[in-house]
Amino acid sequence: MLTLECPYCGVKAEETELTPGYEAHLKRFGPGSSDDDFESYMFARKNPKGVHFERWRHAYGCGKWFLAARCTVTLEVFGTYPAQLGEPPADIIAKITAKRPGWEGYK
Amino acid sequence: MTTRLASGGRLIDRSTAHEFTFNGKRMGGFAGDTLAAALLANDQMLVGRSFKYHRPRGVVAAGPEEPNALVNLGAGARLEPNQRATTTELFEGLEAGSQNHWPSLDFDIGILNNYAAKLLPAGFYYKTFIHPRAFWKHVFEPIVRQSAGLGKAPKDRDADRYEQAYAFADVLVVGGGIAGLQAALVAGQSGARVMLLEQTAHWGGRAPVDGVTVDGQSADEWVKNAVQALERMENVTLRLRCCGAGVYDHGYVLADERVADHTPGDGRPKHRLWRIRAGRIITATGAIERPLSFAGNDIPGVMLAAAVRDYVVNFAISPGDRTVVVTNNDDAYRTAIALHQAGLVVPVIVDARAQANGALPMQARALGIRVETGKAIAKVKGGKRVTGVALCAQAGEGAVLEEVACEAVAMSGGWSPVVHLWSHCGGKLTWDAANAHFRPDATRPPTTDDGSAMVIAAGAANGALLAGDCLADGHAAGLAAVGQAGAAAPEAIAADESPMAPVWIMPQGAAPALKAKMWLDYQNDVKVSDVQLAAREGYESVEHTKRYTTLGMATDQGKLSNINGLAVLAGALNTDIPQVGTTTFRPPYTPVTLGALAGEARGEIFQPLRKTPMHGWHEAQGAYFEPVGLWRRPYCFARAGESHAQAVEREVTNTRNALGLLDASTLGKIVVKGPDAGKFLDMLYTGVMSNLAVGKCRYGLMCSESGFLMDDGVVARIDANTFLVHTTTGGADRIHAHMEDWLQCEWWDWQVYTANVTEQYAQVAVVGPNARKLLEKLGGMDVSKDALPFMTWADGTLGGFRARVYRISFSGELSYEVAIPASEGLAFWQTCVAAGAEFGVMPYGTEALHVLRAEKGFIMIGDETDGTVIPQDLNLGWAISKKKADYLGKRGQERAFLASPDRWTLVGLETLDGSVIPDGAYAVTEGTNANGQRNTEGRVTSTYYSPTLKRGIAMGLVRHGASRMGETVEFPKVGGGSVKAKIVDQVFYDKDGARQNV
Repeated sequence: MLTLECPYCGVKAEETELTPGYEAHLKRFGPGSSDDDFESYMFARKNPKGVHFERWRHAYGCGKWFLAARCTVTLEVFGTYPAQLGEPPADIIAKITAKRPGWEGYK
Repeated sequence: MTTRLASGGRLIDRSTAHEFTFNGKRMGGFAGDTLAAALLANDQMLVGRSFKYHRPRGVVAAGPEEPNALVNLGAGARLEPNQRATTTELFEGLEAGSQNHWPSLDFDIGILNNYAAKLLPAGFYYKTFIHPRAFWKHVFEPIVRQSAGLGKAPKDRDADRYEQAYAFADVLVVGGGIAGLQAALVAGQSGARVMLLEQTAHWGGRAPVDGVTVDGQSADEWVKNAVQALERMENVTLRLRCCGAGVYDHGYVLADERVADHTPGDGRPKHRLWRIRAGRIITATGAIERPLSFAGNDIPGVMLAAAVRDYVVNFAISPGDRTVVVTNNDDAYRTAIALHQAGLVVPVIVDARAQANGALPMQARALGIRVETGKAIAKVKGGKRVTGVALCAQAGEGAVLEEVACEAVAMSGGWSPVVHLWSHCGGKLTWDAANAHFRPDATRPPTTDDGSAMVIAAGAANGALLAGDCLADGHAAGLAAVGQAGAAAPEAIAADESPMAPVWIMPQGAAPALKAKMWLDYQNDVKVSDVQLAAREGYESVEHTKRYTTLGMATDQGKLSNINGLAVLAGALNTDIPQVGTTTFRPPYTPVTLGALAGEARGEIFQPLRKTPMHGWHEAQGAYFEPVGLWRRPYCFARAGESHAQAVEREVTNTRNALGLLDASTLGKIVVKGPDAGKFLDMLYTGVMSNLAVGKCRYGLMCSESGFLMDDGVVARIDANTFLVHTTTGGADRIHAHMEDWLQCEWWDWQVYTANVTEQYAQVAVVGPNARKLLEKLGGMDVSKDALPFMTWADGTLGGFRARVYRISFSGELSYEVAIPASEGLAFWQTCVAAGAEFGVMPYGTEALHVLRAEKGFIMIGDETDGTVIPQDLNLGWAISKKKADYLGKRGQERAFLASPDRWTLVGLETLDGSVIPDGAYAVTEGTNANGQRNTEGRVTSTYYSPTLKRGIAMGLVRHGASRMGETVEFPKVGGGSVKAKIVDQVFYDKDGARQNV
């Protein structure tokens, strides 16, 4: 069972307090978008063996959604940050790059 | 015979005798005995039968690795199968029975399998039970089921209770031997929060048995002092009888404490399951001795050498007058010396190594014990008990050199570290050629959330088998866990040992007949010959070989057989053991009873129950409840002598003709507030909500982003910035989370707040032609047609209660839904019941609600929808805005297959004979599909007997439904026959809505 620090309330929350929300930093494609764009947004979600950016909600705590950078192999957590950020904070990117040379990036 | 020695036994209290029974026979033991020790004291070496061949089996080990001595423990509501006698503490009145035998332990008919063993090789079941196909169900399966399984599952409800506890530790130490104690001492002295677990009832592990001295003290003395020092530290928690069962992500550990296994019925919980979150985990879990593979190594009386030593030293048990020791290492000589010191005879120590000149062999020789090096056991003689051994050269094929009479054989094939907890969360192993075992690879540990090592292996569990190394390793682990460098470790002294030599088959050139009697896995009857056969048949992966042969798949999970099996497989594949690798170590380390995992969550408190303010009243009326999510809602209020169907019929009829009351409190109520609330609801609903006037209500549909209908309900505009959203009963939490998801992650700059106020209000639906009369009698606000028309709401008072009244209807009748503060809900309900008596008031339940809405053709989320249905399928296009540029689900609904004219759409179904179509029935059409099944063209979504129309009515989704009015479709029934129904409009009753617009 994972522990993730909620960036809003600072609590190191256990997985039972959290609900998962799959991939982070999705761009929404609404009416007027092409079938390919909509399919990629709606169904083709990333599932990397390695560093993954994902959404979590502190559902049984403060109720806030946040984003986490986590290695799906070692379960190392590189950081958590508010869901409103359009891209991962620079310090988290730097930390991942330092620990995972050759990392292909989050996009 | 196995007997109790006249003196000795460091763990037993001879002043306290306990009586117990085994297979109904009365026996005696002492406080401090394990059940296995007590059985041996009573010469009960035969304790069970093996799984496949039903061979007689005796006690092999003295700890949790025991594969044979599994018993049914207790009786009735306290019966537990597969309990290991070696870890079961004896208590007064204990009842145990052996397993897997018929008709008796001494004479077992299944032993016939043993003589047919040649016909039952590895993979026998896979090879045999395939043909003929039809035999499986009626012949093979019943036979296999009858003969499979060891213990019998208990039939009664468990008489005991279990509890769970949570703990947090900076350092969790698993294992209370000298390494674990020293690690805990060091970590504790640093001030860290430390928890130390020991699976047995005693601290100290093997050191006291093996005669180790620490800092000039006996191991017993040092252990006592160490435990006292730990007890004095407030930051240290000590638990005995507590097995670290599993290590999980980010330092999460499950541990099973056997609180009252040895004191049943004393009122304490039987087990306490600890859920521990630890910063660092030190696994000081020791090592397990390996058997040697020689012919007849499963005959009762053949035991692990260290187990023999445990029984002699700890419990004063004589395994027999004469014990032959067979080994490939120095440690087993300790057993010979212990036996000798107890006054017993060791006729010979058979050492497979060419030389044995270490301190221990020399000591044994000095005591006059004969040592034969380069020798092996060709075979063990005896049936239900060892009578002797035949010796041969280890290097040869098994030609017998001499026979030695004996009653027991103590074997040692070396030691394997208990790496299970290290491995549970991904710790890797390395092959230690010197000790011929896998041990934790400290460079590849399991990691925690910051990427650092989560587990530190210590002592014998880390491959440090000698007492001195073991203690020093525990010391270092304790320091590492708290990130300190510290004082030097105390010094543990034990006799030096010279190197062991790997011996996987004895003798090394053994002929096939011998190999077919060399047991690897005692519990599952897997022999050397089976693993070699699997290799010949192409099973090269260790995971495949395991499943094909069932090696290591019994309740002991291969604690004894694992390494020996790997070595035999490697030999057969002509490769190295590290190349073969190990199977996966999965939690739990030893079985955890389901009761402990369930904890308090059983019976009434299995899960939380949500109750409306009127729940008690419903119960008092004898309501029949149905679960709706975590809620319990009245299904119907059956009266004495009335069936549920009759009650539903009465409730529907009374609501249509007089006055019904429905407890609608479970309905989801979410306040959506803020300058952008209207804009937000326009995105959430398929229709427009932002232009809803204050004081008005509007029905709306919510879809998922992929386009499918997920919830519906009535939205009321409270003021310019505030809406109240009603959701389905089951949908409240889900929809609230859905709203927050979009508000926080996509439209986070919109100024909107949401609050789930579902439980703040009781809601009562007052329904029927007399509804207005009742509210007018209560008085306090104007509920007339003009003041409160259909689809409006108003705040006011009713009979003195603060009320918000919604003029909405899910029944087609004149209807008011009255929301009252939850604390006043029951009082208001009772007031309605009393005041409504003159208008014929009756409460109605959820089934009547369903029938009333179905008669009106209203959809129900979960009946008409199942996650594959879009609003357009349900003729709800009128509730979808054509003007809006966007709403959740709009793009999804534009996908080609959702926009297809061939989709199944909602229709009414009227059976030709008036009967009720079975729930879930499919309409069939011409032809068959690829599986030979009839093609389908529709399915029933709701089907009821309508008391109002006195006939069966249904709604369903039918291909091209809207254009097929008047056509007949056919629904086959389970068990034959079919129902024919005419496609009609889905609104069966009061199509114009005359009854609700009054």
